[in-house]
Amino acid sequence: MGDHLAVLQVVLPLAAAPLIVLVRDRGFAWIATTVVSYACLAIAVGLAVRVATAGPISYEIGSWPPPWGIEYRVDALSAFVLVLVALTASLVAPYARRSIAAEVAHDRAYLMYAMYCLCLAGLLGITITGDAFNIFVFLEISSLAMYVLIALGRNRKALVAAYQYMLMGTVGATFYVIGVGLLYLMTGTLNLVDLAARLREVEDLRPVLAALAFITVGIGLKLALFPLHQWLPNAYAYAPSMATAFIAATATKVSVYVLLRFYFTVFDPSLHFGDVPWREVFIALSVAGMLVASLVALFESDVKRLFAYSSVAQIGYITLGIGLDSQASLTGSITHLMNHGVTKGAIFVLLGGVALRAGAMSMSVNSLAGLGQRMPLSAFGLVIAGLSLIGIPGTAGFVSKWYLIVAALEQGHWWLVAAILAASLIAAAYVWRLIEVAYLRPAAADAWQRGEAPVGMLTAALAMVALCVYFGFDTTFSVGGAQEAAQLLRGTR
Amino acid sequence: MSAIAGHYSYWVTVFLMVAGLYILIARTNLLKKLIGLAILQTSVYLLYIAPGKLIGGTAPILANGFTTYSNPLPHVLILTAIVVGVATLALGLALVVRIRETYGSIEEDDILARDIADADG
Repeated sequence: MGDHLAVLQVVLPLAAAPLIVLVRDRGFAWIATTVVSYACLAIAVGLAVRVATAGPISYEIGSWPPPWGIEYRVDALSAFVLVLVALTASLVAPYARRSIAAEVAHDRAYLMYAMYCLCLAGLLGITITGDAFNIFVFLEISSLAMYVLIALGRNRKALVAAYQYMLMGTVGATFYVIGVGLLYLMTGTLNLVDLAARLREVEDLRPVLAALAFITVGIGLKLALFPLHQWLPNAYAYAPSMATAFIAATATKVSVYVLLRFYFTVFDPSLHFGDVPWREVFIALSVAGMLVASLVALFESDVKRLFAYSSVAQIGYITLGIGLDSQASLTGSITHLMNHGVTKGAIFVLLGGVALRAGAMSMSVNSLAGLGQRMPLSAFGLVIAGLSLIGIPGTAGFVSKWYLIVAALEQGHWWLVAAILAASLIAAAYVWRLIEVAYLRPAAADAWQRGEAPVGMLTAALAMVALCVYFGFDTTFSVGGAQEAAQLLRGTR
Repeated sequence: MSAIAGHYSYWVTVFLMVAGLYILIARTNLLKKLIGLAILQTSVYLLYIAPGKLIGGTAPILANGFTTYSNPLPHVLILTAIVVGVATLALGLALVVRIRETYGSIEEDDILARDIADADG
């Protein structure tokens, strides 16, 4: 049993999905989803502990040794991302029952759970597999499930949002597979570790650079790298609340993981990238994303779209760390994967509770007037998570931004520090807009008056808010794990 | 001349790739966009399979008289990719059907106009 943990990580949610479809009962579906999510978290933590004590784990699917067979490989970086995905899943799953009951037609609710399990299986699969083509397959499993999750939203705009995401997501996946195809033509292998070793012997670098370009743009689409983020705001805004919470906390982060894997494990920047100014490109796009998306968020009137644009800006921080390419900056990036995942997850989970009480899926900022009195705990949670989004000391967001600033200073990029602070200031402005409306403006006379969110939803939300604060103080897991992962990525050079 | 003739499978691949991407971006009909997507995906099948073929090579079987084999792995990979492509296309078509049911149109401009009308009214 213990030896098969790596494969169980993916097989459990993958097997749960058809089971849920066969039973067709939404009560059973919820229990199965919750149990599977917690099992996944237990396995992910177990794997992380093992990697920390005994080094990377390699699992041969069907006992076919790599590079011929598919290898599941867990190292410091993948263990870190596995924990993030499983943790979010296990917090969102118990929350899902009330949220789905309120937002999705009852006879279709079990399908929503099935899609959720498939999405979870796909995201965990991308992270755990050591095979480039297998990443593509899992990428598509998770993406297809995500398109359906988004399309299940009640507003008809959800359909168009899902369609647009599907087009851009599939182009992204196709570009990725073109890049992998070129690498396969050059090396004859698909195993990531083997690929890395054989790429170092390749003489003709032009196909390798073409592969780099295709993979960067393809994965850039998936992770919503500015300006490839057009699909994200509507997809987040019109999806059912639990889908938004889960996708916002995990999907883009797992894509960042794939990007890190290819840039640092598979390719060797000093050997393969030649004079390609990849650092400058990443820094420029990241800074543009941070500033532009934050400004758009500032003037956005729909709450979910506001935080969706803020996600694009936060992804900018993460990719900025990749562009700076140092131990401190990668630590910051990887920590921010976790911290932003927890923060954005908390915000969307809380908004789901507010949406349930408001009886509407999309809310304007002004409709939150008087939220501080009507839903004090939810409003308080939003404030704390908002502070973490800005990066106030004592919250998770501060820690990762600190490492990014340190990395920028190490390389003497004063203007980057200014850009990071400017984007944080804009974040403070849009979070303040919410706080002002929620606490200082009286509720409209005809506003909904139905008290706090249900206990089940509130517990999940406050647990995530607590994590935002916890990771601001105790950084042994978040920064410690990220540091090891960053060392691993840079160690190959 | 040999650069063109010797690599003609690549030229076909590149043509399909660019044509598919162009249709996807330039058309406003949701169904035509999906056709472009399908062509783009098909070009990838060709990208993998064509180089796997050796002129005069056989399937990888153990038998007397055969020494040259074509690599079977790209075919297997593309079999998977075809399944993924079919699933994506099926989901895309299902979404277009639902959009047609709720909006009464599959033209991007019409749908946009209706959303704007919604926001005003």
